[in-house]
Amino acid sequence: MGDSALVLGQRLSEWCGHAPALEEDIALANIALDLIGQTQLWLGLAAERGAGASADALAFHRDAWDFHNLLLVEQPNRDFAVTMMRQFLFDAWHFEALTALAAHEDADVSAIAQKSLKEVTYHRERSTDTVIALGDGTEESRARMQGALDRLWPYVGEMFITDADDLTDVAALRPSFEAHVHSTLDAATLIAPTSDFAHQGGKTGVRHTEHLGHMLAVMQSLPRSYPDATW
Amino acid sequence: MVGAQAPVSDVWEWLAEVPDPEIPAISLVDLGIIRDVSWQGDTLEITVTPTYSGCPATSVINFEIEAALRRNGIENVSLKKQIAPPWTTDWLSEDGRKKLEAYGIAPPQPAGGPQNCPHCQSKAVERISQFGSTPCKAQWRCTDCLEPFDYFKCI
Repeated sequence: MGDSALVLGQRLSEWCGHAPALEEDIALANIALDLIGQTQLWLGLAAERGAGASADALAFHRDAWDFHNLLLVEQPNRDFAVTMMRQFLFDAWHFEALTALAAHEDADVSAIAQKSLKEVTYHRERSTDTVIALGDGTEESRARMQGALDRLWPYVGEMFITDADDLTDVAALRPSFEAHVHSTLDAATLIAPTSDFAHQGGKTGVRHTEHLGHMLAVMQSLPRSYPDATW
Repeated sequence: MVGAQAPVSDVWEWLAEVPDPEIPAISLVDLGIIRDVSWQGDTLEITVTPTYSGCPATSVINFEIEAALRRNGIENVSLKKQIAPPWTTDWLSEDGRKKLEAYGIAPPQPAGGPQNCPHCQSKAVERISQFGSTPCKAQWRCTDCLEPFDYFKCI
């Protein structure tokens, strides 16, 4: 949960100062901020339970193969269509995952999920509206959104493969996810690909895409070059 | 020692004087983020619940709390972060809601949007963006007076 929030938070922050409109720039930066805040909670808890020295140590001093984020979130921003489609697919999953985790028996996990869910409800509402507006938009925006959906669809399956160290049975989240995604795509006049081929290896850390290492190189360069830096 | 073992009611009064760093019109107590004040031996423990998990004001808020207590002679201060139950805009004080509106920020409404324009009171308002200048606000505009304004999101 923490690694996916961190990687997507970093990806979104790459838009800061570059988004197509001021409101979009602010929105993406705010979502990035929420996700990085959630990362501090998740990785902070992981550190407390012995996974590392601190949330910062886990974020900045691990290499790609030690990250357990979904492959979807490490995909590059490319254009605004890909960024928003990636956000929509992740938000739709994130919302269901946090709803399940809010009822988790571990009080710390439940607390973080309840806190995050309030923020993610806004994220999902916004990315859903944007997918509909751009899908059911101009010829150009529709073509770009369909292209983004086709490109990212092979990364959807991994979100629903339950591993031994998952906090909840993520496979069970798929029906609710699909109900929301398909009704949104219908409203957006977009067509979900029929293939359910799924790239795997992000959550397990076994096989990340080439993009993660490049992203981490940027994100980690300062704390690695100046390990004791404070500001 | 002045202020040592000060009654918690005094501490609440001091904290009610500390403005929110992002929205100085309201205090930290108005915002509803101070959840508890108690003495643990000779240490004054303040329990704070963050508004949004990534809100950059959080560290400034902690600094302001400590500074206010030290000004009042408290030496040992411990700040406890509590995330459950999560902060909700229901915890904004009635006074805080009035101060927000007077400052030009529409207070949160369960309906999910502002009741009226904080400038001209018109009910003809529309959303520009779900996000605004801080994590807790959205951007709206009034279609009568044409002024944009901040809306404090209901969470």
